[in-house]
Amino acid sequence: MSARVSAVPSTHPLPHRRRIGDRFGDLFLHGLTGAAAAVAAVLLGAIAWKVFQLAWPAITKYGFAFVTRQGWDTVHNKFGALDLIWGTALTSFSALLIATPVSIAIGLYLSELAPRGARTVIASLVELLAAIPSVVLGLWGILVLGPFVGKDLEPWLHRHLGFIPLFGGSPENAGMLVAILVLTIMIVPITSSICRELFLGVPTELEQGALALGATRWEMVRGVILPYTRTGVGAAVLLGFGRAIGEAIAVTQVIGAGHGIHWSLFATGDTLASKLAEQYQGAVSNLQIASLVYLAAILLVISLLVNLTALFIVRRFSHERTGGS
Amino acid sequence: MEADTMNVVAPIEIAQPREAPRSASDREIVFETRGLTVSYGKAPAVSDVDLSIYRNLVTAIIGPSGCGKSTFLRSLNRMNDLVPSAKVEGEVLYHGQNIYGDGVDPVEVRRRIGMVFQKPNPFPKSIYDNVAWGLRVLGMKDDLDGRVERALTQAALWDEVKDRLKKSAFGLSGGQQQRVCLARAIAVEPDVVLLDEPASALDPIATSKIEDLMHELKNEYTLVIVTHNMQQAARVADMTAFFTLERTESGGHGVLVEYDETPKIFTQPSDKRTEGYVTGRFG
Amino acid sequence: MGADPGRYSLTLSPRTRRRKLVNLLMQALATLAALAAVAVLALVIISVAQRGASALSWDFFTKTAATFGQGGGGVANALVGSLVIVALATAMALPVGILIALYVSEFAPPRVGDLARLVLDVLNGLPSIIIGIFVYGLLVIGSGQAAWKGSFALAIIMLPLVARATQEVLALVPGTLREGALALGASRWRTVLGVVLPTSLGGILTGTVLAVARAAGETAPLLFTTSIAANAVTWDPRQPVLSIPYDIFVLSESADPADHARAWALGFVLICFVLVTSLSARLLLVRYRKRLEG
Repeated sequence: MSARVSAVPSTHPLPHRRRIGDRFGDLFLHGLTGAAAAVAAVLLGAIAWKVFQLAWPAITKYGFAFVTRQGWDTVHNKFGALDLIWGTALTSFSALLIATPVSIAIGLYLSELAPRGARTVIASLVELLAAIPSVVLGLWGILVLGPFVGKDLEPWLHRHLGFIPLFGGSPENAGMLVAILVLTIMIVPITSSICRELFLGVPTELEQGALALGATRWEMVRGVILPYTRTGVGAAVLLGFGRAIGEAIAVTQVIGAGHGIHWSLFATGDTLASKLAEQYQGAVSNLQIASLVYLAAILLVISLLVNLTALFIVRRFSHERTGGS
Repeated sequence: MEADTMNVVAPIEIAQPREAPRSASDREIVFETRGLTVSYGKAPAVSDVDLSIYRNLVTAIIGPSGCGKSTFLRSLNRMNDLVPSAKVEGEVLYHGQNIYGDGVDPVEVRRRIGMVFQKPNPFPKSIYDNVAWGLRVLGMKDDLDGRVERALTQAALWDEVKDRLKKSAFGLSGGQQQRVCLARAIAVEPDVVLLDEPASALDPIATSKIEDLMHELKNEYTLVIVTHNMQQAARVADMTAFFTLERTESGGHGVLVEYDETPKIFTQPSDKRTEGYVTGRFG
Repeated sequence: MGADPGRYSLTLSPRTRRRKLVNLLMQALATLAALAAVAVLALVIISVAQRGASALSWDFFTKTAATFGQGGGGVANALVGSLVIVALATAMALPVGILIALYVSEFAPPRVGDLARLVLDVLNGLPSIIIGIFVYGLLVIGSGQAAWKGSFALAIIMLPLVARATQEVLALVPGTLREGALALGASRWRTVLGVVLPTSLGGILTGTVLAVARAAGETAPLLFTTSIAANAVTWDPRQPVLSIPYDIFVLSESADPADHARAWALGFVLICFVLVTSLSARLLLVRYRKRLEG
């Protein structure tokens, strides 16, 4: 950069070549960066298109009924998504059920309770949980968590709560429950860090107004902080849910690759994502491949819906905030 | 007392109070501070204040900015506790009990001593729920509708909002929002209401409404108001306390200079610093 | 008028006592939740460290896996493979990510910028296995697996991370800096390339490091693109290569305890890499931000 500056206002216009060069340079950079942005958009479209293209043979064969068909028979070439959708729903919703209150609690702890000095440290530690690669978490799941669940947790649950169908069935080292626990561990850091930021963003005047009435801290949280952040927390939960349904590796490591629809959490099973990871090597027939990608297409649609809803809420939420409350 | 020089009528226009200010004699003492010093970290914000607040009077705290008026006010309902570095020395006796004593819970203190803040801060709830929230939390749920109506009436807001109680409080004007905050504070039947510059964010008409209210409210409550507006203090207050900033090497801290019945503070102040402030020579 | 101490008494009423108890209970639950999260973190890291550290040795890092049947051997091929894959992915993602961020921050009209950011966020939220299937369908069908195809998949994952980090850093560059350069008569492109970008380099670097840490641990995209690999160490990106996360994946599902031991060791290496880079990147980012904001 060598623009010339003089104390006296220069009356010499920039050399013609230089001006054209500048204009060309501006246009070029503008175009180049715009092209890069377009690439991202095209990529998104290409992904959706390619997935549906690969799944097409199965889509034409089964149509929408794929979603309601049970069974995954590689021998007779009969495939259906229902078992996998069930598995995805059961594991992800259950993980969400545990992770949501825990995340809110952690968010509250980090924003209201923790001693000032410890706040960033503990917040970083919780976020570090998200940095653990899923395959390592899955490894830990198979070799440490699984045996604990199979030998200690599930028998205990069966003994005391076995009358509930969720805890019926025989304890195993791998299955839905282990997957649920692993998914919970994955969701919590994401959701709790968003919650923490949301809670910190509540205006102090509102908090003080509640406390000045003689409310306890918890009453202030329940009456002011939680209602105020309601939509944001919803979006955070959705994002966590999106993470859970998309997790393929850790889930396939611990879920045991079972079939059918069972109510018991001890049973093995599969989710849409884990089925894809499980069968990556040995798809035999074209129909099987297409059916697998059909599963991916279903996963893609659900994931897009969930993420777009969450992102939309976030954008509208911050609009409300600055818009004039 | 130098009769002639001290009988100066302040050059500023003293606004006519709505009624003759009440006297403090024979009145019960609601608050008595003894040697109250509040510091944030090492630096004191307000030092060694000895002040008594009397029942059913409006007491105004005036003074230049930075002299610790708000800090003093907030020490009366332990709102300073919310600042981690705040330290309180001395005593604040509420009907004889030190509110900073061992075993006294701020929650109980704030139940009896309410506060209205400078910027209206209604909850993101309906008007009804704003007033009812405190009642529900504190267990005063009997005749909730009646209590809400009474509070809003006392805050001179009932007629304006009675048809839209379920609408969000954010839809109201600034002055109305502040009156919701007032209603919310008095709904829980406090003994004292502290007001921290309650009208400074409002337009003159809304301000005037709030001042009118204070005349009514003092029959039932004891009011302490911090204001930077001298005319306002002259209009509403029965007693006025003048604080000023005392400079030291390490900065400055607020001290109580003079505390007396309002007319005296404004027309015959005993302290030169008070005179300087009320005549506009500084501050 | 005498004071009525009963009416003004500040001693705790039974109701307030109960409310305080509830308050305490909630505080305890919140603290418990936070402690549980930290405990799980410690559990996982300690498990991995305990079981993994003992298997580490010089041989471990320099030899490849022993032929089938014999226990032992090293993971050199996986290490090299990961290096190649991630390096290539970074080379692909970094320029595009920076360009996108430049577009959003310097050139795009606000609505278009918002749209671009939405696209990036959606891309970020896609399950990585779907990205693997995409690249499989696009590049692998018909021509076979290769390391660079795996890199391409990883690059798609890294792209939103690099772009977002860069864009956040660009937003931190004070407007006065840009105005100063423009006022001197510099053109837009000179301002961006000569002033704005260099100022942001620190932040871009840390953003990239975080993206690398994420990519290094991804397994799903590699399943379909670079998993069928020979046992030898290869640096050729046109061949399918073994990668650390994929190796862990395969070893973890084996029944052989010797394989498990290697999996732990690899996991330990991977965790160390990811944690160290994540932590230092975050610390650097904080310090960089402070410097920029003055």
